[in-house]
Amino acid sequence: MSFLKPSFRHPKSPTNRLGLTTRAYEGTISTLCAGCGHDSISAAIIQAVWGLGIPPHRVAKMSGIGCSSKSPNYFLSQAHGFNSVHGRMPSVTTGANVANRDLLYLGVSGDGDTASIGMGQFAHVIRRNLNMLYLVENNGCYGLTKGQDSATSDEGSTNKKGRVNPYTAIDLVSLALDLGATFVARSFSGDKEQLVPLMQAAMTHKGFALIDVVSPCVTFNNHAGSTKSYDYTREHVEAAGVVDFVPTSQEITLDQIEGSTKVVDLHNGDKVQLSKLANDYDPHDRRAAFDAVQDHKQRDRLLTGLIYVDPTAENFHDILNLPSTPLNALAQEQLCPGESALKSINNALK
Amino acid sequence: MNPRNMAPVMDAKINDFVVKFANVNGSGSASANSMFAKAIYRMGIPVAPRNIFPSNIQGAPTWYEVRINEQGYLARRGGQVELMVSVNPQSMTEDVAEVCPGGYFFYDNTYPLDFNLIRDDIHFIGLPLTEITNTNFDNPRLQQLFKNIIYVGSLAYLIGIEFAALESIVNDTFAKKPKLIQPNIDALKLGFDEAQRQFSEPLPLQLKPSNANQGKILLEGNAACGLGAVFGGATVCAWYPITPSTSVAEGFEKYAKQFRIDSETKEHNFAVIQAEDELAAIGMVIGSNWNGARAFTATSGPGVSLMQEFLGLAYFAEVPSVLIDVQRAGPSTGMPTRTQQSDILISAYASHGDTKQVVLFPGNPKECFELTADAFDIADQLQTPVIMLTDLDLGMNEHLVDELNWDDSRQYQKGKVLNAQELDQVERFGRYNDVDGDGIPYRTIAGTHPQKGAFFTRGTSRDEYAVYTEKGEAYERNMERLNLKWQTAPQYLPKPIISTKDKSAHIGVIHFGTSAEAVREAIDMLAEQNHRINDLRVLAFPFHAEVTDFIDAHTHIFVVEQNRDAQFKTLLVNELEMDPKRLNSVLHFNGDPISARIVFDNIQAHLSTITSADVA
Ligand SMILES: Cc1ncc(C[n+]2csc(CCOP(=O)(O)OP(=O)(O)O)c2C)c(N)n1
Ligand code: SF4
Ligand SMILES: [Mg+2]
Repeated sequence: MSFLKPSFRHPKSPTNRLGLTTRAYEGTISTLCAGCGHDSISAAIIQAVWGLGIPPHRVAKMSGIGCSSKSPNYFLSQAHGFNSVHGRMPSVTTGANVANRDLLYLGVSGDGDTASIGMGQFAHVIRRNLNMLYLVENNGCYGLTKGQDSATSDEGSTNKKGRVNPYTAIDLVSLALDLGATFVARSFSGDKEQLVPLMQAAMTHKGFALIDVVSPCVTFNNHAGSTKSYDYTREHVEAAGVVDFVPTSQEITLDQIEGSTKVVDLHNGDKVQLSKLANDYDPHDRRAAFDAVQDHKQRDRLLTGLIYVDPTAENFHDILNLPSTPLNALAQEQLCPGESALKSINNALK
Repeated sequence: MNPRNMAPVMDAKINDFVVKFANVNGSGSASANSMFAKAIYRMGIPVAPRNIFPSNIQGAPTWYEVRINEQGYLARRGGQVELMVSVNPQSMTEDVAEVCPGGYFFYDNTYPLDFNLIRDDIHFIGLPLTEITNTNFDNPRLQQLFKNIIYVGSLAYLIGIEFAALESIVNDTFAKKPKLIQPNIDALKLGFDEAQRQFSEPLPLQLKPSNANQGKILLEGNAACGLGAVFGGATVCAWYPITPSTSVAEGFEKYAKQFRIDSETKEHNFAVIQAEDELAAIGMVIGSNWNGARAFTATSGPGVSLMQEFLGLAYFAEVPSVLIDVQRAGPSTGMPTRTQQSDILISAYASHGDTKQVVLFPGNPKECFELTADAFDIADQLQTPVIMLTDLDLGMNEHLVDELNWDDSRQYQKGKVLNAQELDQVERFGRYNDVDGDGIPYRTIAGTHPQKGAFFTRGTSRDEYAVYTEKGEAYERNMERLNLKWQTAPQYLPKPIISTKDKSAHIGVIHFGTSAEAVREAIDMLAEQNHRINDLRVLAFPFHAEVTDFIDAHTHIFVVEQNRDAQFKTLLVNELEMDPKRLNSVLHFNGDPISARIVFDNIQAHLSTITSADVA
């Protein structure tokens, strides 16, 4: 069921560079369970897109199937959304993205949608460096089909009935690093401070950006013994550093920052600023990133933050050598060679 | 060296016989063989070459069968051949058996012929092909390639191919590598001269220049589909390699590179994406079309199986998409390089739930070109997938067809897509609202308007305004509207082609796709036995009313199709609520293209069981 939200807002709600309040970025009322991590992520998306000042209708919300994949209905009502089929969001997004390079592609998926049925497409969209933000709302279970273990559920984690998961987990961050992803991050639905700037950086990145967000399922996977619960995640999270998204217009004043700091240039002068970096962490070093993820895992810690970024890699549009005009906007004259061309083809077939 | 048997000499045959080449695949015979067929085409004689090849890259037997027919009957003739050109010792036993009595077996007599193979009733004509090549060329690769050219030269002498026609083809083929022209012509001459030296007279099988090929071209169906997609405005081709469809994507890419690269910026006004599998390929196609670009995929049966879920989504979510299925026989380890028309039901009813899909049935490469271009208009106008069913015979063989043409005044029909100005006129946009009463709603493309037209695309569970609901009534209303759209569909689809020989005839043949040529010839053969027969060739599903009318107008209906289970008949029975007994099946499914003889034999056998008054 869906209904519009009450329109009452504080008259002094802040506006973005388009003069819009976050109200313009909202969706219909969520039908997810109260307390579901996915709803916090939706809220962070609203903040991130609003903060970047992107017109809502210039976003395409792509998803597969699952509670997570339903959630695009709960933000950005003025954006087109596509709730496609289970595990196949990457291919639909690839097609859409190739058709119109000018929109922001926001893919929302779940751990079931990505790490099981959609594993193949996940791997290949990374290889193509498609210009998109791929969000995995990772709760270690299949929420929508009532809580079965997913492939990201940790070995030894117990389900609601107390059964211990005997299988090793797929770590999407390590996998994405290995497959050559050009922006890899991890976060927690309960940490908006980190999540919003990470999303903004990912949305600005001109290539494939993964954010694997631990997003507890309060109904099926939030008990003691689960490694994807709120409590467990809070206790085990370790940030690679503090992330700040710094738009072009804003100066970075280094003296305000204590500890080790790195500034990563994204696109058109936009930057991410990482501060309080542990051990002078360098997010440009894929191998070091991989080591850091593994190292944390061994210590039973969950590394979050911007883990790796390569802002210079060619993305799929570059590889395909596509024009700046989106393919869906080319006129018939540019597409159809016409009768005269056909004459020469006929002659070549004689 | 030639075995001295005393086979009967056949009567002279002019421009009406079959030549078959037995080659080893991967040996470079393809270009020599196609040179042979093209030379005959350039002499103005109708010709139909067909590849018969294994699912293998190198070393296995492969054949090239060329039917030459002045009257223009170009289906596979079937039966034995007049001339076998044997360049493959592996398949010699069966190749010898395939020659008709009095016919000719041309072979490389550098090595002695196994005398067990010798038949008294055919002529063995040997030339030392290997010896000639080895004495004239040092490089082993060239030896192999030129051996093929040499036998073409010998055939030029033996059956009267105009040397000028061969020369013109060499000139065209190597226009960009002129260094290769002379050696190829020399090789042709070597073969020609050697044949002349050994045989005082050419064979009774002779080619005489004609002018039956005015305004005709030789074209493969797959290349024609690729070209049709370029003309139809496709910008995205997403595909996964599978025989026999691969050359559709390759054809698209070839022509797109010719016509769609910006001359200044060198940017590509197209994208070819080799997907990770067929699920991804159709997913990409749906994504692109959803976003307003024309996109298509090409595959074969196994790929269509994998695309089923997505085809359902596209049907329910009403996303236009174009899929070209070049049909082949059975599963991947079956006969992937043999032809069939056996994906009819998985296409027509593709997917879960209540789904029905638009299907097109081109019968020749010209129709492949035209219907591919049309498919994008149809998909956009009906907002639904369009599946084009071709087959291996059509896709991977050259067929003689009328020149292609294009009407420059034609405008792409994008269907009911609202732009920003139009949205401003709309009070409340409803994606699934049947405004016009034809079952076809209006759609919008992402990014069009800041406040209007956005919606959340999903399979069903939504109302006319794309608002989430799981109410049964809303689901039912939507399904009924989709049914109404289905009834609207035929007016956007190509009508069947009916050829009425005789208004009072009682016998009618219904067919589609590549059975057309065989049916035409069979009907003419039956006419010689005083059977008057009309035929109707279906070009599209859902069927037009003309199909029912045709069935009603004839007491005996034959349905010709290339599969075991009479899938097309099933579709007719089901969709037109026909009595199955009204429809007699002519079925052919051994993987070879259907021949006139098969159609003739089946219909004749059936007709002989009914009284002549019945069928007059
Ligand atoms: C082809 C197919 N198989 C199975 C399903 C059933 N199904 C729906 S959602 C889901 C799992 C979703 O899990 P996840 O992606 O983790 O999303 P969550 O609900 O946990 O957010 C499954 C198996 C389906 N919709 N389609
Ligand atoms: S079942 Fe779990 S994942 Fe689904 S909405 Fe409820 S809490 Fe969220
Ligand atoms: Mg999940």
